[in-house]
Amino acid sequence: MSRISKEVSKTRNNFSLFSKFHRDRSLGSDFWVEVEEALIQADVGVGTTTSLVTELKQQAKEQKLTSIEEITDCIKHKLKYLLSGPDRTFNLEGNPAVWIFVGVNGVGKTTSIGKIAFWQESLGKKVVLAAGDTFRAAAAEQLEKWAQQCNSELIRGAEGADPSSVIYDAIEHAHSSSIPLVLADTAGRLHTKTNLMDELSKIQRVASMGSGIVTEILLTLDATTGQNGLEQAKNFAKSIDISGIILTKLDGSSRGGIIFAIQEETGIPVKFIGIGEESQDLIPFDPEDFVEALFDFQPEK
Amino acid sequence: MFDSLTNRLGDIFGRLKSKGRLSETQINDVLEEVRTALLEADVNLQVAKDFQRNVRARCLSAEVHKALNPAQQVIKSVNEELVSILGGEALTISYADKPPTVVLLAGLQGVGKTTNAVKLAKWFKSQGRNPLLIGADLQRPAAVEQLRTLANQIDVPVFSQGSDPVMVAAKGIKEAKATGRDVVICDTAGRLTIDEEMMQQLRQISDSVEPHYTFLVIDAMTGQEALNVAESFHNQLELDAMVITKLDGDARGGAALSAKSVVGKPIAFASIGEKLEDFEQFHPDRLASRILGMGDVLTLIEKAEDAFDEEEAKKATQKLISGQFTLEDFLEQMQQLKKMGPLENIVGMMPDLPPGADPSDVDESRLARMEAIITSMTVEERNNPTVIDGSRRSRIAKGSGTSVQEVSSLLKQFKEIKRMMKGAVKPRRKNKRKGSKKRKKGNPSSREKQKNQFEISQSETSDEFDLSEFGTFSN
Repeated sequence: MSRISKEVSKTRNNFSLFSKFHRDRSLGSDFWVEVEEALIQADVGVGTTTSLVTELKQQAKEQKLTSIEEITDCIKHKLKYLLSGPDRTFNLEGNPAVWIFVGVNGVGKTTSIGKIAFWQESLGKKVVLAAGDTFRAAAAEQLEKWAQQCNSELIRGAEGADPSSVIYDAIEHAHSSSIPLVLADTAGRLHTKTNLMDELSKIQRVASMGSGIVTEILLTLDATTGQNGLEQAKNFAKSIDISGIILTKLDGSSRGGIIFAIQEETGIPVKFIGIGEESQDLIPFDPEDFVEALFDFQPEK
Repeated sequence: MFDSLTNRLGDIFGRLKSKGRLSETQINDVLEEVRTALLEADVNLQVAKDFQRNVRARCLSAEVHKALNPAQQVIKSVNEELVSILGGEALTISYADKPPTVVLLAGLQGVGKTTNAVKLAKWFKSQGRNPLLIGADLQRPAAVEQLRTLANQIDVPVFSQGSDPVMVAAKGIKEAKATGRDVVICDTAGRLTIDEEMMQQLRQISDSVEPHYTFLVIDAMTGQEALNVAESFHNQLELDAMVITKLDGDARGGAALSAKSVVGKPIAFASIGEKLEDFEQFHPDRLASRILGMGDVLTLIEKAEDAFDEEEAKKATQKLISGQFTLEDFLEQMQQLKKMGPLENIVGMMPDLPPGADPSDVDESRLARMEAIITSMTVEERNNPTVIDGSRRSRIAKGSGTSVQEVSSLLKQFKEIKRMMKGAVKPRRKNKRKGSKKRKKGNPSSREKQKNQFEISQSETSDEFDLSEFGTFSN
């Protein structure tokens, strides 16, 4: 069992929505209603669910699928297919490479940065953290605690300082000290606030003018988010070139079904998932494992 | 907030309005759409299903009020069900006889507990209280710093001494007593998920501070899982209410809609912005009509129900259709309309007011003068206006304190109305059906049509009212 599915399998009891399909049962009309409801409860969304179920029904009919196993395989295949396609590799090339983290409030941006810093440092790579969240009280302190823990450097400005300049300074500092990676925090912001979205465009512009290369702009998304997640992805992508998503808090009872709709509509892939509270609990996303985890079930159940 | 749900429901009901009658199948289709709209707003699946079932039952029940057309009936049922799932009035805080009143905040990570602890403190301050904040979140790096920085802005002290959250909380209460603080708000650590360790810590804190209120902080953007979480908290902690955060985005607010029915506890406060003052008491009872977003159409519906004598309306309709509508009937209808309150308000309550129509344009005095004119007529004249010659006109004008011109213009208008009604009943319904087909594609023509219809009742026959608004034609 891979690390991911081992970790993610913590969630399987909650994801065992599909487990009941493993039990012997007939393929009555109830069956499809249940599939539909299971997907909706996983926050996949009504639109995606309806089109998915329609296709599945059609397929089941054409291929004369009768057993639950066959259909479950069919659903899995379809879900994996939905997540296939975009490049999920992440880019660390640059002197320094700059990763900018954006997202709405409380999704776990700062924590994700801490975890990525921990991961890079554990590989022996130095990291500079940029405290670009100059709005939330004590955000820089929170990042500072991570910096101490990972033995990274932190560049911070005064509270209320221009985040672009803080990030720029961090990039220049990393460049002059030959540190290969800058992880830049930004203040959480709701995607409906135009002025704050504009600020993101500016951050990207200013960061790109520095000596490094902005290689990743990661939208941090809370896995418990419902249909609003799609709006978040769309709106952030309008202001800043999102290269990938970090799906956090996946170890909870969360389901993260919204990523299907997000990838379908915006093409933005999930690159990392947060699966726990420990420093090492942020790992690259693997669609195969993710979908398998959805269907993982306890035989005794 | 709730805009997307409001828009979706508005669409659905908009299409309904043109329908004179709804079959059971049509009602089912509509309710299927309502269910989808709710699910897209992240309303809990079970709640959405129950909602659909209950509204259906209401719609099909025998208590269908005849003063309402089918669309209004559906809207009314949806509203009633919304009100019932949202719960009643806002929670009123009653303060402990022996201060301090203790409020415990719990919730998952990132929902905004710390910020809302301070917002709540600010709210208590605005109520004339002296709050103290306890920072018992010793887990998240810099959580206490955040609490202190924010509390500083509103001049509220923070207590956070010690390394054990339970001890910190207990000492905090002592501190409040010693320093004469009458409200204590205790911030606690959030976790990613419900785990036993966290619950135990919360229970211990709860046991030690004996809170008067335990609030669960929930995020408005949470999906289907939101309330399962809330429920687990409730099972462990006996929640009193919830605080919903991040309602200022385009959050669908599904959690807000499902909370009461799933957890059985109301939402007490809502955070509607990043600033500390963006925080208000939550009024579930006002929310339903806000979600339905139809002016105050519900009040209008209620008024119509109250004011209309069904049987009379039915008789009048019959007469209208058969062309036997007399000035006497006209007078009666006018008086019923008046029972609904000032015309200006009634027009203002109509949701689809055409652009440019100003409710204050409605001339109430004209209605009064028309009434005076008709009451100055003899019964014979009212039943058969053709007998009114020149000398009768001047007598009526004198009797009603108006002019001969006004009497003539009323008679002319009445003739027009009668002619229009007589000729209009059938073709008009036919047109409406056509309109509804087009409307599915969002064709504006139906909207224009509605507007025209409105204008007829507004200008041409200015003081007449459109009976079809009250569905009497479909009976």
